[in-house]
Amino acid sequence: MKIWQYILKKLIFLIAVLIGVTMLTFFLSHVIPGDPITLALGPMATQEQRISFHEKMGMDKPLIVQYGMYLNKILHKDLGVSIRTKGAVLEDLLTYFPATIELTIGAMIVCIFFGIYLGIISAVRKDQPIDHAGRIFSLIGVSIPIFWLGFMLLILFYGTFNILPGGGRISPFVDSPTPITRLYLLDSILTGNWVAFKDSLYHLILPTFTLGFCYIALISRMTRSSMLEVLHQNYIQTAKTKGLSEKAVIRYHALRNSLIPVVTMAGMLFGQLMSGTILTEITFSWPGIGLYAQQSIMYLDYNAIMGFVLVVAFIYATVNIATDILYVIIDPRIKLH
Amino acid sequence: MWKENIKPALKEAKHSLHIIRQSPLTMIGIGIVLGFILIVIFAPSIAPYDPYEINPPGFLQPPNSQHFFGTDECGRDIFSRVVYGSRISLKAGFTITIIAILVGSTIGIVSAYAGGIVDDILMRIADIFLSFPWIVMAMAITAVLGRGITNAVIALSIVWWPIYARLIRSQALSIREMPYIEAIRALGAGKLRIIFIHVFPNCLAPVLVCASLDFGRTIMWCAALSFIGLGAQPPIPELGAMITIGSHYLRESWWYATFPGLMILIVVLGFNLLGDGLRDILDPNLRR
Repeated sequence: MKIWQYILKKLIFLIAVLIGVTMLTFFLSHVIPGDPITLALGPMATQEQRISFHEKMGMDKPLIVQYGMYLNKILHKDLGVSIRTKGAVLEDLLTYFPATIELTIGAMIVCIFFGIYLGIISAVRKDQPIDHAGRIFSLIGVSIPIFWLGFMLLILFYGTFNILPGGGRISPFVDSPTPITRLYLLDSILTGNWVAFKDSLYHLILPTFTLGFCYIALISRMTRSSMLEVLHQNYIQTAKTKGLSEKAVIRYHALRNSLIPVVTMAGMLFGQLMSGTILTEITFSWPGIGLYAQQSIMYLDYNAIMGFVLVVAFIYATVNIATDILYVIIDPRIKLH
Repeated sequence: MWKENIKPALKEAKHSLHIIRQSPLTMIGIGIVLGFILIVIFAPSIAPYDPYEINPPGFLQPPNSQHFFGTDECGRDIFSRVVYGSRISLKAGFTITIIAILVGSTIGIVSAYAGGIVDDILMRIADIFLSFPWIVMAMAITAVLGRGITNAVIALSIVWWPIYARLIRSQALSIREMPYIEAIRALGAGKLRIIFIHVFPNCLAPVLVCASLDFGRTIMWCAALSFIGLGAQPPIPELGAMITIGSHYLRESWWYATFPGLMILIVVLGFNLLGDGLRDILDPNLRR
C-alpha cells in the first residue's frame, strides 16, 4: 500500500468517526431529562407557542429527518444558543478557545522540554541514581491528581511565598493586549505591550507547569526507551570508535533518530492535554473552553454542553489522525502492509 | 500424585515471588494497596468520628491531636472523612473496572470470533468511544443522566469498556492461531469449550496488568468528576468533592484540600507500582 492510499484510508476513517460523534451527541441531546419545549420556551409558554415551536423544530418528524436537520445545522456552523450566555454556542466557544490554546501550547512546551531533557539524561546515565530519581519522578507524575497539584502549587507560590498570581489570565488592573490572535503572550509581543506580556507570563507559569507536569512522565519515558534503543545501534558504536565525544554522539546521531516516536507522541499529547486542560482551567479559573463547559453543566445548558463535546471530539479525532499520518511520513522504516 | 501436578505451578509461583522481591518499588506498591484495602475494610474502627457528624463550633481547625487532619467548615473531622471517602472511591473504582472488564471482554471475544461485519461494527463503535477525551465523554453522559456518584460510575464504565474490548480482541485473535488451540480442536473440543477454557484464560495476562493500573486510574478520574461537580455531591465525603470545597478555603485552611488529594496520590501510586510489577512478572520476555 502506498502512502497516499494509507492517508486516504485514514481520512475516510476520520470522517466516519466525526459522523459517529455527531450521532452520539444527537442521541445524547434527545435523551436529556425534562421536556425540551419547556426548557427552551420557559414554563409560561402558551399552547400555541408550544405547537409552533414543536413544528418549527421539526419534532414531529421521524428521528432520521431530525438527525439530518441536526447535521445540516452543524455544517452551517449552527450549534444552537446557550441559555446561560444567551449567545450562539459556537461564538462562545470561539471566544474562550484562545485561552485554552495558549494553556495547551504552553503546557506542551514545558512537557516536551523537560520530558526530553529528563529522558536523555535517564537513558545516557542508565541505572545510575539519576535514572532512578527520574523514574520515581515519572511515577509521581502519572499518579498525582492534576487538580490537587494545582492547588498545592497555589498554596506554595501564591499563599506562602506570594510570588505568583492566584488564577485568571491577567491581573484585573492590567488591560489585556489588543486582540490580534487573542493569545495574550503573542499579542503583547506583537504590540510591544511589555506590561501585559510580563503579567500574562506570570499568570501562565503555574497552570502550564501543572498541566505539563503530569505528562512530563510520558514524554521522558518514551524518550528514554527510544534513546536506549538507538544507543545500542551499530552506528553509535562506529561513531564512538571514530573518536566522537559522547556529547557529539548524542547530539548528532542519537537524538535525531530517537525523536521520531517523540514527535508523533507530541500529537497524541495534544489530545491528552485537552483532558487535563479542563481540570486545570477550573483550578486556576482560567477562562478557557473547559471552564465554559463546567459552568454550562452546572447550569444544565445542554446546547452548550453538546456543542462543547462536539468541538472537542472533532479536534481530538483530527489531531489523532494527523498524528497517525505524520508518523508514517516521518519514519522511513515504516513499511505499510 | 497430586503433588507432581502442582509442582510446576509452585515453581512458577516461587519464581514470581522472586521477581517481586527483587523490585523494591513493587513491594512498596503491594504494601500501599494492601494498606489501603485494610483501611477501607476497617474504616469504622479506624475513623475516630462519624464522617457526617457536624460540630459547628469546632469548624476549620488545623490538624491537632484530636483531629489528625483538622476539621472542615461544618466541624466534621477530615481524617474520618478521608477514611470513609477512600471507601467510596475504592468501591467506585472497582465497580467501574469490573464492569469495563466484563462488558469489554464479552464484546472483545464476540468480535474476535464473529469476525466479518460484526467485528467491524463493534470495533468502529469502540473507536468512536475512544475518539473522545474521556472527560468530555463522562461530562456529556453525566450531564444527561444527572449528577451523583452512581451516574459517574455508569459514565466512566461506558468510557472504559472499549479499552478492554480492543485488548481482549487482539489477544484472542493471536491466541486463536496458536498451534495448541489447533491441537485441542483436532482432539474434538467444541467451540465454546475452546473459547472459555483455553482461549479466554490466556488472554488475561495483559488484562490483569491493565486492571491493576486501572483500579488506580478510575479512582483518580472518579475524584476528578466529583471535583468538577458531576460525581458525588456534598455531604458525601468523596475525596474529589472534598478538594473542591477545600479549594474555597485554600489560603486559610490548607489542610482541607491537602489531605484528600494526598490520599488519592498515594493510592494511585500504589496501584501503578503494583501494575508495573505485575507487568514485569507476566512479561514472558523478562522471565528467567
